[in-house]
Amino acid sequence: MTETVISTKKLTKRFGDFVAVDEITFDVQKGEIFGFLGANGAGKTTAMRMLCGLSIPSSGEATVAGFDVFREPEEIKKNIGYMSQRFSLYDDLSVMENIEFYAGIYGLSDKEIAEKSKELIDKLGLQKEAKKLVASLPLGWKQKLSFSVAIVHQPKIVFLDEPTGGVDPSMRRQFWDLIYDAAEKGITIFVTTHYLDEAEYCNRVSIMVDGRIDALDSPSNLRKKFGVDTMDEVFYKLARKAKRSAD
Amino acid sequence: MRPLLFLLRKEFRQVFRDRGFIGRLFIAPAIQLILLPLAANYTIKNINIGIVDHDHSQVSRKLSEKILSSGYFKLAGYTDFNSKAGKLIDADKADILLEIPEKFEKDLIREGSKKLGIEVNAINGVKASVGFAYLSNILSDYNNDIRAEWVQPGSAGEVPTIDIITSYWYNPTLTYFIFMVPGIMVSLVTMIAGLSAAFNIVKEKELGTIEQINVTPIKKYQFILGKLIPFLFIGLVVFSVSLLIARVIYTIIPLGNIALLYLFLEVFLFALLGFGLLISTFTETQQQANSLIFLFMMVFNMMSGLYTPIDSMPSWAQLVAHLFPISYFIEVMRMIVIKGSGFHDILHHIYAVLMIGAVLNTWAIINYRKTS
Repeated sequence: MTETVISTKKLTKRFGDFVAVDEITFDVQKGEIFGFLGANGAGKTTAMRMLCGLSIPSSGEATVAGFDVFREPEEIKKNIGYMSQRFSLYDDLSVMENIEFYAGIYGLSDKEIAEKSKELIDKLGLQKEAKKLVASLPLGWKQKLSFSVAIVHQPKIVFLDEPTGGVDPSMRRQFWDLIYDAAEKGITIFVTTHYLDEAEYCNRVSIMVDGRIDALDSPSNLRKKFGVDTMDEVFYKLARKAKRSAD
Repeated sequence: MRPLLFLLRKEFRQVFRDRGFIGRLFIAPAIQLILLPLAANYTIKNINIGIVDHDHSQVSRKLSEKILSSGYFKLAGYTDFNSKAGKLIDADKADILLEIPEKFEKDLIREGSKKLGIEVNAINGVKASVGFAYLSNILSDYNNDIRAEWVQPGSAGEVPTIDIITSYWYNPTLTYFIFMVPGIMVSLVTMIAGLSAAFNIVKEKELGTIEQINVTPIKKYQFILGKLIPFLFIGLVVFSVSLLIARVIYTIIPLGNIALLYLFLEVFLFALLGFGLLISTFTETQQQANSLIFLFMMVFNMMSGLYTPIDSMPSWAQLVAHLFPISYFIEVMRMIVIKGSGFHDILHHIYAVLMIGAVLNTWAIINYRKTS
C-alpha cells in the first residue's frame, strides 16, 4: 500500500515572460528517495521552493503531505524539513544552540529537545564539538549537521537542495548514509543534485530540462530506455537538448 | 508563544556573542557625546577681523583694543590702505573689515557723530551674521562709553538711554551643550538601536538563514517580535549609557521625570524599529540597506531639529519633519530634560509617534513575506 506524499499537476512558475518551471507533473510516494536532476538553471530550485511553500506557483496544482500549496503553505511547513543550497545554520551559535533553536521553533518540548540533541550529537560523533561555534566546523560536518537539524522535528518529507556541494566523495558517502537512515524511518527524501553517481542512490529520478521534466523513472529503467550504461550518459543525452543557458 | 521564546533566546545569544557590537553600544555614545558638543558649537569665536584705520587717533586705537579684547575677534591685519584690506577678504584671511575713516576722532568731538564702515565676507553666512552682530554690539557699547565720558551727568545735553536686561529661561547661560546633548542622545539611539535591527534582518537574508526560518511554521508576527524585542532592549541600554555620560560629563540631570523619558523612549523605539524593519523588507543586501539608511540618516539629522529649529523651516519642510519620529523625540527630550515638562505636555507627541509607529510596523509586517 503506497501513500502519495507529493503530487503535482501542470505546476508552473513564471517570472514575467520567463517560464522557470513549465507544467511539471509527478507523484512521490512515502519513504521514497526521489532524485530531482537537471542542469544549472533548469528550474530545480524554483520547483522545490514552490513545494516548500516558499514560492507561490503561477498555475497548476500541487499538494505536499496532503496540503495544498496555494491555500495551506503554513500547514505544509509543519510537515516538511528543508535544507537549502546555502548553508543555513547560524555560524555564531554553537552546535547545541542551533539544534535547540530549530527544535524549539518547531514546537518540540524541552524534554524532546534534550533527547534529540543528545541522540543527534552521538550519531554524528560531535560530542567534542557540541559547545563549539558552528563556524569552526569543516564543511562536510556542517552539511551533516544541517541535514540532521532539518529532520529534527521528524517531518514527513525533507527537501534537500544540492546538499553535498563542495565536499569530497567520502564525505558525500557518509551524507548519503544519513539519507538512507532517514528514509528507513519513513521520511520521504526529495533531493536535487549535480552528482550523477548520487542519482544512482535514488529510488527514482526525474531529469529537468528547460523547466520541463523530460524523464522520470528508476535509474536502471532510465539507463535501459536510453540504451546506455551510466546515469551520466542519460543526463548528457537529455541535457544536450537544453536551449537555456546555465545561470 | 513558545517559538518566540526560542527566537528571543537565539537573538540575545547572537547579540551578546558579538563583542564588536557590545563595544559599539558603549563606545559610540561616549565618543559622540564627548566630542560632538565640544566641536559642533554655535558660539562663534576666532572671527578674523581686519581693521582699516585711516585715523590713527587715540579713539580709533581704543576702539580697536576694545574689539580685540572681547575674545571673539582675531586681528587679521591692521592697515590704512583700503586696497590692502580688500585683499585680506579676497585671500579669505579676514571675515569682517572695520573701516575707521579719517578725522574720526576730530569729527566725533566736533560734530558729535561719525560714520564707521563694516564690510563682511559672507561666504560663511553664519560666521558673517554672527560676527556682524558681535561687532555692532561692541560698537554700540563703545558708543555708550563715549557718551558717559563726554556728557556731564545732569547736564542738559544728556541723552536718555534704554538698557535692555535679557534673561534666558531654562538655559540661563545659553550653554550650548545643554541644548545639544539631549538631541545627540536621540541621534545615537536611532543609529545604534534602530538601524542595527535593519542590518540584523538583512544579514539573515544575505546569509540565507532567513529562508530556513521562512520554511518553518513560525508566524510572521513571531519573527518580527523576535527581532523587535532585543533591539528595544538595546535601545534602552544605549539610552541609559548616554544619560549617564550626560550626567557625569555635562552634569545634565533631567529636570522632568526620568520614567517619563523612558516611556517616550519605548514609544519612539516602537516607531523607529518599525522603520528599520521596513527598510529590511525593501533591501536584499547589507550594502543596499547601508546606502538607504545613510540617505535617511542625513535627512533625519538635517531636518529633525537637531541643529536648526523646525519652526524656522519652510512649511513644507515642517510637514516632512513631523513625519519623523526623531523630530518628536528630540523635542520631547529637550522639553523633559531642560524644561521639566510633564506627561500632559508631551501627550500630543506620544500620540503622534504611536500613530507613525503603527503605520510603519503594519507596513513592515505586510511587506515581509514568507512566500514570494
